[in-house]
Amino acid sequence: MIKYITDEKNQRFIVPLISVLFGFIAGAIIMIITGINPIDGYSALLDGVFGNTRKFGEWIVSSIPLILTGLALAFGFRTGLFNIGAEGQFIVGAFAAVAAGIFVELPKIIHLPLVLLAAALAGAIWGFIPGILKAKFRVHEVVVTIMLNYTALHFINYLIKILPGSTNTRTVDVFPSASLSSEFLSSITRFSRLHWGFIVALLAAFLYWYIIERTTFGYELRSVGFNQHASEYAGMKVNRNIVYSMMISGAFAGLAGAMISIGTFDYARVIGASEGYGFNGIAVALLGNNNGFGIVISGLLFGALKAGSSAMALAKVPKEISEIIMAFIVLFAAMNYGIKRLLIHLRKEEK
Amino acid sequence: MEYVIEMLNIRKEFPGIVANDNITLQVKPGEIHALLGENGAGKSTLMSVLFGLYQPEAGEIKVRGKKVNIANPNVANGLGIGMVHQHFKLVHNFTVTENIILGQEPTERGRINIQKAANEIKELSKKYGLDVEPHAVIQDITVGMQQRVEILKMLYRNADILIFDEPTAALTPQEITELIEIMRRLVNEGKSIIVITHKLKEIKEAADRCTIIRRGKYIDTVDVENTSEEKLASLMVGREVSFIVKKDAAKPGKTVLKISDLVVNDSRGLKAVEGLNLEIREGEILGIAGVDGNGQTELLEAISGLRKVESGKIELLGNDITNMAIRNRTETGIGHIPQDRHKHGLVLDFRLAENLVLQTYYKEPYSKNGLLNDEEINNKADALIKEFDVRSGQGKDTVTRAMSGGNQQKAIIAREVDRSPKLLVAGQPTRGLDVGAIEFIHKKLIEERDKGRAVLMVSLELDEVMNVSDRIAVIFEGRIVGVVKASSATESELGLMMAGAAQDKGEGDI
Repeated sequence: MIKYITDEKNQRFIVPLISVLFGFIAGAIIMIITGINPIDGYSALLDGVFGNTRKFGEWIVSSIPLILTGLALAFGFRTGLFNIGAEGQFIVGAFAAVAAGIFVELPKIIHLPLVLLAAALAGAIWGFIPGILKAKFRVHEVVVTIMLNYTALHFINYLIKILPGSTNTRTVDVFPSASLSSEFLSSITRFSRLHWGFIVALLAAFLYWYIIERTTFGYELRSVGFNQHASEYAGMKVNRNIVYSMMISGAFAGLAGAMISIGTFDYARVIGASEGYGFNGIAVALLGNNNGFGIVISGLLFGALKAGSSAMALAKVPKEISEIIMAFIVLFAAMNYGIKRLLIHLRKEEK
Repeated sequence: MEYVIEMLNIRKEFPGIVANDNITLQVKPGEIHALLGENGAGKSTLMSVLFGLYQPEAGEIKVRGKKVNIANPNVANGLGIGMVHQHFKLVHNFTVTENIILGQEPTERGRINIQKAANEIKELSKKYGLDVEPHAVIQDITVGMQQRVEILKMLYRNADILIFDEPTAALTPQEITELIEIMRRLVNEGKSIIVITHKLKEIKEAADRCTIIRRGKYIDTVDVENTSEEKLASLMVGREVSFIVKKDAAKPGKTVLKISDLVVNDSRGLKAVEGLNLEIREGEILGIAGVDGNGQTELLEAISGLRKVESGKIELLGNDITNMAIRNRTETGIGHIPQDRHKHGLVLDFRLAENLVLQTYYKEPYSKNGLLNDEEINNKADALIKEFDVRSGQGKDTVTRAMSGGNQQKAIIAREVDRSPKLLVAGQPTRGLDVGAIEFIHKKLIEERDKGRAVLMVSLELDEVMNVSDRIAVIFEGRIVGVVKASSATESELGLMMAGAAQDKGEGDI
């Protein structure tokens, strides 16, 4: 057992698993300090996720956008960019999907792909701005994307209000042909909001892996991410690749937005502040090791903590506990170097 | 006390490789002890073990006759062991004094007494003839001076066993001579020195004894005085090494590269190449000799396309490539071994196999319909690794960053030569490499020449230019000030031209 855990080959997934385990242990300690029995807390969490099919459905619903923003961030990380603007790209994507779902009505087989495309495209355009500024003027993407997050928030809130039929808080519903929601999925999960977005998320994870690992284009993007000078030496178009990377990252974030707007709700909402999906994507990508499969798993985990928090609240465990656990997991994931050292140490003692 | 440092039967493993296998190193007090080995032989690993950066799997270390356990560099410092790393560890916008006291600031009631420290440093500097200005800012002083700051850092911490890791790699010949003097002075004052190197000349000049390791194994410890350079080289490489490059006379054919009135600016926008003319033909190696900073880098970058040409013309096989994109140049027939292999030559975080297709990844069979063909890439990598004897822990799957400098360079040469470029441009192709690797690379360059390719080689080592080239062009202040036949050139003649004393020597000299 110890041998398996300390084997270098297994480190890729053992290290994140240990981070998660430590996160839960830390969460337990916090609960004990605040006078809550951690067994009660965690069984409430488990119940909140697996308690019945409706809870299960809601779990998947909260995981879908996290997987997609995780992919967005990971795509940036793999290509040398820190796309902290996933939040803004998420917002414009959410809106674009709704707009495309309100203004036209088409057969579902065409309309649904079209609204998803609109979301991805809007996210890509929002990613294009920092991309081109970095490529042309060497402006750091972190600065530009943070600013664009605010721009997106307020600009989109304004657009939502001026769409035909909008109230002060939301748009009208999209045509059913543009919605991801499904009576079938809802019915088998005791009327949860489960929608077809989980297929989009899984396809996106596959696409992510495929572009990065399998295509010549992905090879170039990774090369530019690691070493721009060597990429230039090899005749790659470095600036163009930076722009593409930002756009693809933005497209994933835009899709994530659509998961909420045409999946969970069927309309776009005016929001007062960022909902944090973009920022949570950082955590998801980090824990998932920027690996397509890993991101699906870590997205599901963070989704569970999010979905389970309300169940915990019902069991008189403060909602904040689940946020604290999330924060601890991120902390331990960021400490992966230390965990690796620990494993090496254990391996030596074994000998 | 016979030995100040004893490392007995040290073993250190890394995944897939035994870096140190039963190595013993014994250093006498007051000597300069050289640790000689090829790139990747395990020298740096051994010293990292001594300095507490790595823990050995087996063996023991004795300092001044007492067995010790060096768990981390702080323990090493406490034992009086200090190390000057190959890549200096200095804060660039701090002053000399601030760097030296970093971590050991002399504080009085929470305040640092900089002036007191500066005075102490001045004193130390004077005692060992280091001539360092305590208030100078690191980024304003030369590399040689920065190294002296590193030395002072050790002395300030009262180290008396000093480890130098490849200390001459970044220095000019003048600075090397000065460094050797400093090392002698340190030894005379009772310090003991271990110097890691693969430069035989410097060992002969500076060291008293020399321990040789090869591929992680202990070979021998010899008295330097009674051992010839050839003997040291063969101990290091494991076979006879010839310092003379064997080659037949060149059979130059038609012109491959023609440069006319080339003007190129450096990064500050100042003219670095000013009206340069040069011609290289098939089947010859043209060496460019010159003191560093006379426009060599800018010339190479202009030919390869990494730098914009201000005016003038570069023609490759009759095609005007002056403003051509890099990829088109590569395809027209330029192979480029860049001067800075880490910056331009390799994506260090790629697998070795991925680096070996860095110039061809987009072509069939490596890429088809926009998809990578891993099988073809891996096969190619295996073939090149075998042909060019590129050694690494996990073969084609090794992360390139983990490879030794010599093997990284071999990988670049494998990649560039394998494409059979009409023109091979090599910028300091053997910089920082050991004699075995140098011999190999020279052989490859000459093989390319014999296949009828044109080779342009820039090197700062005059010996190398004279040994390998067929013709030598001397560059001075951005111009070629003379072209001579290598067979009849003398060092003093070239030296004069390199110093700019032979402006009148024309292009048509041969």
